[in-house]
Amino acid sequence: MDIGLGHYLTVAAILFTLGIFGIFLNRKNVIIIMMSIELMLLAVNINLVAFSVELGDLVGQVFAMLVLTVAAAEAAIGLAILVVYYRNRGSIAVEDINLMRG
Amino acid sequence: MSAFANDLSLAAPEIWLALAGMAMLMYAAFRGDRGWRESVWLAVGVLAVALVILADRPMMTVAAFDGLFVSDGFAMFMKQLVLIGGMATLVAGLGYMKREGMGRPEYAVLIVFATLGMMMMISANDLIALYVGLELQSLSLYVVASFQRDSLRSTEAGLKYFVLAALSSGMLLYGASLVYGFSGTTGFTALATLFEGDVAVPFGLVIGLVFVMAGLAFKVSAVPFHMWTPDVYEGAPTPVTAFFSVAPKIAAMALFLRVMLQPFGELVGDWQQIVIFIAIASMLLGAFAAIGQNNIKRLMAYSSISHVGYALVGLAAGTADGVRGVALYMAIYLAMNVGTFACILAMRRDGRMVETITDLAGLSRTRPLLALVLGAFMFSMAGIPPLAGFFGKLYVFLPAIEAGLVWLTVIGVLSSCVAAYYYLRIVKIMYFDEPAAAFDRPMGAELSGLLLLTGLFVGFFFLLPEPLLAGAEQAAAALMP
Repeated sequence: MDIGLGHYLTVAAILFTLGIFGIFLNRKNVIIIMMSIELMLLAVNINLVAFSVELGDLVGQVFAMLVLTVAAAEAAIGLAILVVYYRNRGSIAVEDINLMRG
Repeated sequence: MSAFANDLSLAAPEIWLALAGMAMLMYAAFRGDRGWRESVWLAVGVLAVALVILADRPMMTVAAFDGLFVSDGFAMFMKQLVLIGGMATLVAGLGYMKREGMGRPEYAVLIVFATLGMMMMISANDLIALYVGLELQSLSLYVVASFQRDSLRSTEAGLKYFVLAALSSGMLLYGASLVYGFSGTTGFTALATLFEGDVAVPFGLVIGLVFVMAGLAFKVSAVPFHMWTPDVYEGAPTPVTAFFSVAPKIAAMALFLRVMLQPFGELVGDWQQIVIFIAIASMLLGAFAAIGQNNIKRLMAYSSISHVGYALVGLAAGTADGVRGVALYMAIYLAMNVGTFACILAMRRDGRMVETITDLAGLSRTRPLLALVLGAFMFSMAGIPPLAGFFGKLYVFLPAIEAGLVWLTVIGVLSSCVAAYYYLRIVKIMYFDEPAAAFDRPMGAELSGLLLLTGLFVGFFFLLPEPLLAGAEQAAAALMP
């Protein structure tokens, strides 16, 4: 079987959906939410690289490099916020993040 | 002048902010926490210089850096609003920072970097530039939201904002990847030419557009992506909330307008119904959900959601007049919100900040002038003539009627009647309830100055609307030639 653009897009779509569900259905730990966010961004990267190869155009791969860089910065800031939150609350369970009810 | 030097001169305000922000970081590192007050004034100066450089750029539409960056009248108008919003909220927060132990110089540096990100967003002419500008803004804002790192509320606000904003960035990015894949380009100019005439639009591209819209709707906090707003507004330190409610919102709205009207301007039939839906949902939810609120910062969050709904009515019209309405609306919204938050920052009793609406009881007897100004802002937000807020609504509703969106306008007017209830409730509490203990004096020269300026603008805008209207007109003409 030939593996074509459709297969890559399907994998990316599945990963992206897993990421979204990981954020909304997860009731345990904020770290898992961060992993889900990372998963979403990686799904986007698969998309970009697959399209880039298909189109024979490098812009998609440049975009993917930028996404990787920004994802690293985002993870660093997210973990830093999580650390200050843990100092104040003593827990990072999702159900404990309930001081304000939105 | 070589092409590259020309490009650099077009982006001079952004380059200035980037260099000055890094220099301020060095100042903060060497001076330590003692230098926080100087760093705030330094940041105000840096933003003011950026405003001066910006005013010196040519008014015509010029793309720079291989079409990644565009400088036009629309970008200049919106950037001016963002810079003014940044300066005003920095000055307003001085007293709060001193009293609440927030006196650290990184705050001002982060605000400068966030403003830089917003200016990049407003001038973005490519999906990559859009994403990088957006993230520079968001990453700085995550940190400022949790800036009171010893406060559980502030860190919780930062954490919630981080998770939901990262989710929305992911959606926007997924949409951008689909748009790129199904069109073969990320440039706005190339995208716009792609849809000219009667061409079949690939289905994948429409899906991508919807994802991009979801990400943008989150950034302007439109329903159904509004759930972060009340929590973040309530939890973040008040000067940060004031900043959140003006500058990022104006920048995101400018980005929303540009993305919808320039690259996807020909697809108006595809996105118009979505914009109409989120406009209606935001106006109604903002109006009804605010009724039960008792915390004034939460109330302002719902109020900002409904204001975004009204501004989106102008976008739904999809005409140059509609864009003019949105630009004018954001300018008036800026003045009303800065003024209201200056009042909230003056709500201090026995050295502590108070935030509930009942704390305002009988303000007209203890602080008649403050009550008068806050009352004017409330009447203006409710859209009662002759105050500025009325004209903001008028100039977005008229183009919507001209574009045939009569029902949208009717719902807008009705929801603004509902919203008038909670604005007027604040006026009633200030003027007719038994006075609570008086607020601390003095409220600070910087707050009085801001209240004077914004109060005069909101109260007497109707006497001299021409300069601002002409500016908004030019902005709209640049976006929709």
